[in-house]
Amino acid sequence: MKRIFFPFLFLCLYCLNGTATAQRIKGSDTVLPLTQELSEMYMKSHPSETVTVTGGGSGVGISALMDGTTDLAMASRRIKFSEKIKMKQARHEPCEVIVAYDALAIIVNPRNPVRQLTREQLEAIFRGKITNWKQVGGEDAKIIVYSRETSSGTYEFFKESVLKNKNYMSGVLSMPATGAIIQSVSQTKGAIGYVGLAYLNPRVKALAVSYDQGKTFVYPSVKTAIRKEYPVVRPLYYYYEKKNEAKVLPFLKYLTTQEAKDKILQLGFIPR
Amino acid sequence: MKKWIDIIVNRIFTVSGFTTSAAILLIIGFLFSEAAGLFYNPIIDKGYVLALNQQNTVTELSAKEIKDIFDEEITNWKELGGPDMPVKVFRLEDLDKYYSEEELGPEYEYAGDKIAEQIYRNPGIIAFVPEVLIEHHSNLRVIDGKTIPVKDVLLGDEWFPTATPSPIFGILPLVSGTLWVSFFAILIALPFGMAVSIYLAEVADDRKRRLLKPVIELLNGIPSVVYGFFGLTVIVPFLQNVFNLPVGESGLAGSIVLAIMALPTIITVAEDSMRSCPRAMREASLALGASQWQTIYKVVIPFSASGITSGIVLGIGRAIGETMAVLMVTGNAAVMPSSILEPLRTIPATIAAELGEAPAGGAHYQALFLLGVILFFITLFTNACVEFVSARNKSKK
Repeated sequence: MKRIFFPFLFLCLYCLNGTATAQRIKGSDTVLPLTQELSEMYMKSHPSETVTVTGGGSGVGISALMDGTTDLAMASRRIKFSEKIKMKQARHEPCEVIVAYDALAIIVNPRNPVRQLTREQLEAIFRGKITNWKQVGGEDAKIIVYSRETSSGTYEFFKESVLKNKNYMSGVLSMPATGAIIQSVSQTKGAIGYVGLAYLNPRVKALAVSYDQGKTFVYPSVKTAIRKEYPVVRPLYYYYEKKNEAKVLPFLKYLTTQEAKDKILQLGFIPR
Repeated sequence: MKKWIDIIVNRIFTVSGFTTSAAILLIIGFLFSEAAGLFYNPIIDKGYVLALNQQNTVTELSAKEIKDIFDEEITNWKELGGPDMPVKVFRLEDLDKYYSEEELGPEYEYAGDKIAEQIYRNPGIIAFVPEVLIEHHSNLRVIDGKTIPVKDVLLGDEWFPTATPSPIFGILPLVSGTLWVSFFAILIALPFGMAVSIYLAEVADDRKRRLLKPVIELLNGIPSVVYGFFGLTVIVPFLQNVFNLPVGESGLAGSIVLAIMALPTIITVAEDSMRSCPRAMREASLALGASQWQTIYKVVIPFSASGITSGIVLGIGRAIGETMAVLMVTGNAAVMPSSILEPLRTIPATIAAELGEAPAGGAHYQALFLLGVILFFITLFTNACVEFVSARNKSKK
């Protein structure tokens, strides 16, 4: 009996210790893989800590933060003004940390001679106002517009950043996954689409983009995204409550270590 | 003792029969009640209002007009029968562009006042804001909150479920896309399926049949997402080259994939029913001097007509309800299909792709349930047709 008792007690204490510093992270599915990898590395280097990570979407994460069912909320967008109002009314003080950046590349078929587009041209293309490549300096071919499904975070971000919150045209082809967009764009000559920078491969051609009416065109790469020259970049956020700061700080500090930064780069995101 | 066992078994069968029927009815009831909720939703997102300056005379806006305003397609109130002034769009998210955090107060308690101030200052403004923030302010006008009209949903030809502030749920492009794809799928699958089943049942010898049948049944075991991937990487580029299309993702690609998927069902069921044609009938026909082909189409096919139709219906059922393969190859563009060589969007693909992110209980969620109801009616209709046809066939005999 005694021989079992002590290890058992030890185990109990260990568990208690573990739950005492357990952190719950919830939110965006875009940030999810990144957080999972980082939290695993973090737990390896800090064996006494446990971190549980769940997805569900940016909105889910932020409302969980409001209910106090999570310590950190992951978000692939900034907290909305309406959410901020709700939190402040409930006397919560949300704090914001940028984990990493995610860049979107605009891709076309490699056989397409067009090399660059301005934001205004992109908006017109995705809204169905420009329908032929001829209108933007390409060949006489119909533009086939590929987009992600409405449930995707990239869909929302692209709508906000490039379309300035206007709606896509109804004839846009929506694909269920990033891989499907790459496949389709690589085999359709007049295609245009958008994917996360990490997914770029030689089967498709990325376009240089200008956000200043065509004065400077920037080609998407990790380098230009880090230098903040490439415009279609979104920050990925963590949100926590001010009064919880002490609890989450060790993990947030870990994110700024070189080891974590290397991992972020390796996963195709741009470290802060 | 034996009698008691009989009674117990009898009861078990009765109970299981009733519970199954009750479960099915409950599922249908759930489907309908969720779907009907859509028409009680206001056209503007719940909890939000569209506020105007008092000088503006426009009182009513349809979902389409609201979308055009926020897409900056409509830029002057004149176009909507209002005064001649430019439209200025204001979203709650814009508030921190106009005011600093200090001006809005530590808990944003002044946010409502600031919004009202903006509305008061700009005669052409249309503000999309939460109702609670401005309900105490009287110097502005709020657009009357209509509920989503049935006509706009059932006869609407635009599907913008995530448009803010006013989503548009026109189901016509999705319904016609589904029917279009299924119709062509069956058009392709029918001749092939019939030919193969006749060959297997009447022409092939035992050795060939024993080799072919498992191969065909193997087609049934391939997961639909694999068919979808095959379609995307093989059929789509093939169609693009053959028809010289600008885009290969099209209704036809979906139809071909569905036809391949429906084939094993059609073949297996049709072949089984043909083989159940009694040997005596076949031999009588041959003895009267009919050739083998005459025997097949004058005796065997009429005899097994009801089995063949049920095989076809099972095939159609699979085609209408198939989700993943279609999602990957049809391009999912929610437009009214004008030809089978253009991208289109089907009902099951829409439900599968969008249900994940639609907030439970919201208008989008209920609209997807409504699509489920429509799908239910389509299958009910095809089943009824078959019942009718086979009943007529039987009475003829």
